[in-house]
Amino acid sequence: MAPPSPRRPGFSRRAQYGIFAGYVIAVAGAGLALLLALTARFDPQGHAAMQGFINDITAPLSSAGRAVVAGGSNAFSNVSAYFDAASKNKMMETEQKKSRLRLIQADLDALENKRLKRLLGIVETEGKAVATARLIGSTGSSSRRYATLAAGRNAGILGGQPVRALEGLVGRIVYAGRSTSRVLLIVDGGNIVPVKRVKDNVPALAIGIGDGRLEMRALAAGSNPFRVGDIFVTSGSGGIYPPGIPVAVGVIHTREGTIGRPLADPARLDFAIVEPVFVTAPPAEPASADPVE
Amino acid sequence: MARRYRPSLERAPSALALIGIPAASVMLGSMAPILPMIATAPILPPLGLLMLLAWRLLVRELWPVWAALPLGLFDDLLSGQPLGSSAFLWTLSFFIIDLFDRRMMWRDYKQDWMIGASLLATTLFGGLLIANFTGGATNPLYVVPQIVVTCLCLPFALRLCSSLDRLRWSL
Repeated sequence: MAPPSPRRPGFSRRAQYGIFAGYVIAVAGAGLALLLALTARFDPQGHAAMQGFINDITAPLSSAGRAVVAGGSNAFSNVSAYFDAASKNKMMETEQKKSRLRLIQADLDALENKRLKRLLGIVETEGKAVATARLIGSTGSSSRRYATLAAGRNAGILGGQPVRALEGLVGRIVYAGRSTSRVLLIVDGGNIVPVKRVKDNVPALAIGIGDGRLEMRALAAGSNPFRVGDIFVTSGSGGIYPPGIPVAVGVIHTREGTIGRPLADPARLDFAIVEPVFVTAPPAEPASADPVE
Repeated sequence: MARRYRPSLERAPSALALIGIPAASVMLGSMAPILPMIATAPILPPLGLLMLLAWRLLVRELWPVWAALPLGLFDDLLSGQPLGSSAFLWTLSFFIIDLFDRRMMWRDYKQDWMIGASLLATTLFGGLLIANFTGGATNPLYVVPQIVVTCLCLPFALRLCSSLDRLRWSL
């Protein structure tokens, strides 16, 4: 005999109405939920605020386990480094010879630079960090790439500030909670970073493609000028990200743009540094012909 | 350690455990994003959804059809998707399982797996659509590995649910 269906409870009116009401609630709720999800397009701040609140609560759990996991992932990469060690060794030796020569040249250039700067009287302004904290978690099952930073408004972090590591750019703060904040990583599809090639300052946009890599698209139309091995740094145009932070190195050349690997791997960062928002000087106001009032 | 003897006859199972254990297992699965792990690609299977579908496929009268709403909302708070995305998609998959329940008298293990896998794929693609509409821009191809991993995880989730099911009746 077929099993009795729980959706057909027999002749009890009460049970039948109960099931019907359940369906009404489910359909109405699902519709509202879809509407709510779609409002994130117009009000991402509201959504981030709710989720940031929960992050604040769960952060102690995440940060406690973070050191253990970091150790584990390092051990794994140490083991995997033994494979193809011989060919890697040979490659590194030739590279070392080349780079030694460049290093000498770089030392000379640095001296020359210092001399010239003294001549001109330029004072270097160094980016002052707002806060330094660990990344303690991320959204591994969603297609959006958010990470949780273990510092929030209590450390002076505000929404929009860029997050970097020593190795390169990590992302920017989308919401600062009380003691944690949400970071939109640069590898997320919704994050666009204005960059330039180190060698010759050719500008490009670095756009996350969602699988842990970035695509560098040249601003100028035509064929893709970037090669594999090119290094890209932030250009500072448009504000937010200060210029000169390493972003990615090109690994695959395609017709539209070059796919790059981010230089700072968020999975094995010790610390992330939050910097103040970089503000470009506004263009000079055009003198108005007729002064108001 | 010797287990203390408890008579299993003439004893009503705890009502809290009957409802609480399935709900708690789904919510624990939803809490995977607080694991201290930084993923740079969507590769972690959605454990909350896996548990939810496994429970629904194993025990058909366990949940009213609206139960996916609150559980999905809880998942949204942590998953990084916009709020409401899982609440909508999970309820949708409950409706679809409901349709299967009406059409098929019995299901075997393989059919359970196939229904579950197709719902997982639909939900993950749906989640991607919603995420892309609300500001993301991820190529649908990059979700395929996650879908494969998740479908392969479904038998483990079913197995886990069946042992939890035995546990909740014995408490």
